[in-house]
Formats: sequence, C-alpha cells, structure tokens
Amino acid sequence: MRHFTITDITNKEEFNCRENEYILYAMQRSGRKCIPVGCKGGGCGVCRISIISGTPDFGPMSKLHVTEEEKNSGYALACRIKPKSNMSFECAPKPKASTNQEASTNLQLKEVSQ
Amino acid sequence: MKKGIMRPGHVQIRVLDMEAALKHYVDLLGLIETDRDESGRVYLKAWSEVDKFSVVLREADEPGCDFMAFKVVDEEALVQLEKDLVSFGCDITHIEAGELKDCGRRVQFTSASGHCFELYTDKKYTGKWGLKEVNPEAWPRNLTGMKAVRFDHCLFYGDALAETYDLFVNVLGFYLAEQVLDPNGNRIAQFLSLSTKAHDIAFIMHEEKGKFHHASFYLETWEDILRAADLISMEDVPIDIGPTRHGLTHGKTIYFFDPSGNRTEVFAGGDYNYPDHKPVTWSSEDLGKAIFYHDRVLNERFLSVLT
Repeated sequence: MRHFTITDITNKEEFNCRENEYILYAMQRSGRKCIPVGCKGGGCGVCRISIISGTPDFGPMSKLHVTEEEKNSGYALACRIKPKSNMSFECAPKPKASTNQEASTNLQLKEVSQ
Repeated sequence: MKKGIMRPGHVQIRVLDMEAALKHYVDLLGLIETDRDESGRVYLKAWSEVDKFSVVLREADEPGCDFMAFKVVDEEALVQLEKDLVSFGCDITHIEAGELKDCGRRVQFTSASGHCFELYTDKKYTGKWGLKEVNPEAWPRNLTGMKAVRFDHCLFYGDALAETYDLFVNVLGFYLAEQVLDPNGNRIAQFLSLSTKAHDIAFIMHEEKGKFHHASFYLETWEDILRAADLISMEDVPIDIGPTRHGLTHGKTIYFFDPSGNRTEVFAGGDYNYPDHKPVTWSSEDLGKAIFYHDRVLNERFLSVLT
C-alpha cells in the first residue's frame, strides 16, 4: 500500500496518510491536531481545508460547506478526501454562519437593486 | 397531550450516500427497512413501534433534517390545530395523503427557530415488528446491531427560542419539562414533552436557524449503551461522546455520527414527569455538567458540530 506525506503549510506539521485513508483520520491516528475534528462524515464543515498542492480522491461532502465551484478551486473537507499524491494544505474554516447570512442578504439586496 | 398531539411520529433525515446510511441506521442502529418509494427514499422503523415507519432517509447534497412529525389523536384535533397554527401566524403547507407511503395527509409548518414540523393522524398500523398480536413474546429475534427500541426525540439548534416555546407550549400543547437559564433568566435550552417522558423535542439556542443536532433512539439499559459503544468501536464509527450521563434528563447516553455527519444518540433511562411536576432548571454557569454529567465540561463539538 502506498503512503503519502500530508503537510499543513501554516505550521509546517507533517503526517503520513495511507492511500485508502481519509486525511483527517490519518491526522488523528498520528496524534496531530492541526485540523479541527467535527462529525467526520462530510456534514458539519468543521475540517474545511484549502489544498495547496497534490491531488485527492473526493468522497461525498455537504454542498453547504464546499460548493462545486469551491471544490474546483481546491477547497475540501479533510474527513472526505483520500490522497493520490503527497499533499499540502492550509485550514480554511468557513466564516461564521451569520456572516454568510449577511453576505447572502447583501447579495440579494444588490440583485434586487440592479 | 393537551391539544391532541400524542407523540413523535417520524423524522426525515438527509444523507449523502444511501448505501452508507443504511449500514448505519439498519446494520448498526438496528432499525428495520419497511419500504422504499419512487423518489428513492427509504422507510425505517424500530421494532417496538406500531406504525409502519418512524425514520425516512432521503439522499441529498447536504445532510440534515427535512422535518420532524408528530401524530395527532384524530382528524377533529388536526383541523383545530391547523386553525390554531394559522391564527398564531404560521404558514401552513398541506401535503397530500400518500406523499409519504401509507401516511395520511400532513400539515407542515416552520417554527421561528427555522425548523420544519408536520402533524398527521393516519399511518398504516403494522404492529410491533416480529411479534404476534396476541400473546406477544418479550422481543423479536433477528434484530441487528444496537436493536433500537424506538425513535424517541430530536434536538434542534436555532434562535428565537421564546417564539418557538410559545408555538410548542401554547399552540401545540407541549409542556416545559426541563430548561437551562442564563444569569439574566433567558432560556437558552428548552426540553418539551407531550407525555411523561423527559422530552419529546428539545431546542438549544444557536445563532443560525434550522440546524439539526441529533435524532435519538431509546435503548432499555446502561448495559445496552455499553454494548452500543462496543459496536461503534468495532465498526470504527466516529464517536462524539460517551458512554456517559446527561445532567439534563439524567439519561444515560452515547452520541455518534452517521456517515453523512448527522449525529445519532442512543440513550437509556432518564427522568419522568406528571402534570404536577415543576420544570427542572439548570443554570448556564453549569452547562457543562447539565449536558455531560461526568466530564462536567462541554466538548466544543456539542455546540458547533451540526448539520
């Protein structure tokens, strides 16, 4: 089985991940704590990251936290990706829900005013 | 049951992957599949329940809870409740009989906390699963996993708890069983009941509307909770906390996650109420102990990990 090195570029922490393993699970197995741990099922969005380099396999994750567009620009939930190469990332927690709500309301207002 | 609402009836949960979800809800939790429909929804029940289903799973892009439903004693009470909801200011949506298989018409509305609820009177009575109607044995054989006894309650997170209290207590006839008050006397958690149970539904204050914390299933004993924990480890299922005890309700509990990140609880025991009982109050300064009686501290996940 292949193993890959996963690097958190913010604090230069590295851990080893098996090719069939979700990177959040590998982080926990290695005793690291660089990514916050939530539901571990792609639902809550707590472990959202931005992939800087490397390629993963994506499992199902909530569109509420990673839209298709965000996925294409490198965002992912660490509990639902398995590495296909060495990877580096930084944590990318979503802004607070209320801020999102505000942004979405502002957007709607903007659309209405146009 | 002051206004004719008897009990929780069903919950529809969104999952990202149906096959993985069924491993959780059937193989691990021990629910029984009773039907599927054209849209791909899967209907489940726990063995001791008398109606055809109590959990409906729907595959979707975002996990969470579509709605929770309560069963009303008869059509007359349902019609009255509908009128009361409209006078209260709720927008009502009528769902035709059969939209959920073998379920009668449903009346849908949204609480100020941003959650969708339903009332209905009819659902196919299939009896307790695996038991004869006359001279029933103690329990059915061939149950799987945790052998969940019944769907018991849901906990929702949202704001506008006071308006939601007003709806549930004054319009729908629930009573306040337990609560958490902040130093200014504001209610930040409300556990509401229709029965002698410590809760049939609960709400905790949260800035974002419409969030789902967990669906809970009843087991008989502390030993069953320990066995559930063993199964969670055997299957390498993500665990939230437990086995432990809650301060609120004093139930013995374990929280874990389905493969889409929806939280599931199995619990045993807990307090009971009669109409002469006063609500049980916990203070927010002791919220840690109120939620997790042994650790006496909240884990961050309890407040922030939601679908």
